[in-house]
Amino acid sequence: MNNKHLLLGDEAVALGAIHAGLSGVYAYPGTPSTEITEFIQAHPLAEERNIHRHWSTNEKTAMEAALGMSYMGKRAMVCMKHVGMNVAADAFVNSAMTGTNGGLIVVAADDPSMHSSQNEQDSRFYGKFAMIPVFEPSSQQEAYNMMNDAFSFSEHYKVPVLMRLVTRMAHSRAVVETGAVREMNKMSFPSNPGDWVLMPAVARKRNVKLIGQQVDFLNESEKSIYNKYVDGKDHSLGIIACGIAYNYVMEHFKDGCPYPVLKISQYPLPVGLIRRLADECDSLLVLEDGQPVVEEMIRGVLDSGKVIKGRLTGEVPRTGELTPDNIISAMGLKDEEVYPPCELVVPRPPALCQGCGHRDMYAALNEVVREYENSRVFSDIGCYTLGFLPPYRAIHSVVDMGASITMAKGAADAGQFPSVAVIGDSTFTHSGMTGLLDAVNENSNITILISDNLTTGMTGGQDSAGTGRLEQICQGIGVAPEHIRVVVPLPKNMEEMKQVIREEIEYKGVSVIIPRRECIQTARRHNKQK
Amino acid sequence: MRTDIILSGVGGQGILSIATIIGSAAINEGLYIKQAEVHGMSQRGGDVQSNLRISSDPIASDLIPLGKVDIIISLEPMEALRYLPYLNKEGWIITNTVPFVNIPNYPDQEKLMEQIKNLKHSVAIDVDAIAKSVASPRAANIVLLGAASPFLGIETDKIEDGIRRVFERKGEAVVEMNLKAFQAGLKYAQESLNK
Repeated sequence: MNNKHLLLGDEAVALGAIHAGLSGVYAYPGTPSTEITEFIQAHPLAEERNIHRHWSTNEKTAMEAALGMSYMGKRAMVCMKHVGMNVAADAFVNSAMTGTNGGLIVVAADDPSMHSSQNEQDSRFYGKFAMIPVFEPSSQQEAYNMMNDAFSFSEHYKVPVLMRLVTRMAHSRAVVETGAVREMNKMSFPSNPGDWVLMPAVARKRNVKLIGQQVDFLNESEKSIYNKYVDGKDHSLGIIACGIAYNYVMEHFKDGCPYPVLKISQYPLPVGLIRRLADECDSLLVLEDGQPVVEEMIRGVLDSGKVIKGRLTGEVPRTGELTPDNIISAMGLKDEEVYPPCELVVPRPPALCQGCGHRDMYAALNEVVREYENSRVFSDIGCYTLGFLPPYRAIHSVVDMGASITMAKGAADAGQFPSVAVIGDSTFTHSGMTGLLDAVNENSNITILISDNLTTGMTGGQDSAGTGRLEQICQGIGVAPEHIRVVVPLPKNMEEMKQVIREEIEYKGVSVIIPRRECIQTARRHNKQK
Repeated sequence: MRTDIILSGVGGQGILSIATIIGSAAINEGLYIKQAEVHGMSQRGGDVQSNLRISSDPIASDLIPLGKVDIIISLEPMEALRYLPYLNKEGWIITNTVPFVNIPNYPDQEKLMEQIKNLKHSVAIDVDAIAKSVASPRAANIVLLGAASPFLGIETDKIEDGIRRVFERKGEAVVEMNLKAFQAGLKYAQESLNK
């Protein structure tokens, strides 16, 4: 049997989980994490074993469902992009308090350099915050291998484990050699059922227990096969390289690094190994993708006086992902002379696809809001975020999933008119519905456009949780049926769309307009299948 | 052997199929491979690139350092030049000559082509026209792969095997069409080298 596969980091995580006896993956799509769940959805063994693999409405519902599966003794995984951790945070942090029964892995895919995100937050902070171990693979092979180890860790210590990826791990392919396929866990109730009721008396007890486990987690890190101390001849510098930063170091030293290198892929930080490196080297360089988490921590661990270089001291750029190039001078190497950038080359920003319904929606909306002196359009996360760029320049805010509706409400509360929200169908069901209820309860004077393309478009066309039921949902939340208006965003319907938008802006209350037309990318795929 | 490649173009042009075929050939040869891509928002009409590294020795970084790229394979001429600082001074640019103009300030095309021809090593080829004449416009990326194939460090018949494996499930006609496109690109590159 061929056990070598060319896999994305995301796919290595997915296959590692399946082979480790996964019973369910729970996720909301988000770059760069989407391919983990998609891989499981397409995998024959997942179908054979009936592994749960349906998309969740948002990261919080995903996290909670996975915790429920873990409660039943089965191995569960939750996948999300880094900002999804904010949505899941309540459930995530408290899952460390309940503890687990079946193994539970939370995969957070960070996006340093913000290739497709609104911030650079580092999920390792969340691991530390929740006081649970974090695994950070440096290669696709390690990502695969770690899944079974992390599940075993989770089941041994009865805690969830955080798996942290970054874009360059998630979206890079390499050959992975696969191992044995484990059976799925049988169903079992927790042996300590009282721990799962986080009333204060229980939570205090669990808190003490979790704090007590920290020393065990530390011991595991100190002896982990994923944390590796490689000695070097030149002790003027010691390098701490976290996750894929290790690869960028080794890229420059084909015959081995002259400096001692401590590779870190499992947290809590192995302080013993770090002390050893500090004792043996004159200065330290910390290389980590994302925020200076380790650098800040070791400044607290070590005695003062040791020179520690990294993102905080400017030897490594304070923002942006690491590359093989931006660590060169920190290691005392010289930049080679290269071709200068070509002056003819200009930026080519992404754009809404030709024929996309969001285009017609913005074309109509722009014409109507121009009839008012001071309109404001609050928007949201999705392809339609591109409405900020020319030719539309249609929106004034994009903050987090669902914020369009609530920000429009807050602006209306402050006296803004017209106050318009533009949100996609998937983002609406992810985090817009609760905000709509706030607006309905106060009869806020806002106009909401749910630009419905019947899919989660920006991440490549995954199922959208509310497809076919948006009017029902809005009506159920309390929007007056006569102010839920559906239009078809096409150039030929421009006058009708403008009229509907105009009428609903003039209505003093909550109105919802649903421009509905299938995403042209998924429509193309559906036509091919026919 | 070791070949470091940047594949570039505009979202939707098909650079990832080129990567898949080279990857398949490399694995079959028992080579190490790393291939970094960018997915997500950057796909939509924006610039896209993929770092592809193949080597007989283990590869450390998923990203190729500045000045270390051996070949830039580009489906679009301006996108070929976007990554110039990554190209080593002896490296090759193999690029489509047909611009993809979806921005108002697209640079002067003659100046672009002049810049490409001024490089030490380049092959500029109208893959759209060749694809249309020998196979199908959809095979433009495979014509480009053909033109790049003499520089990959993998024998061309091994790449052809890769094409067969990748397109197999789409039927023999699709395989044949792509092999034709590949051969046409290869022939063009060989002729331009002999000039």
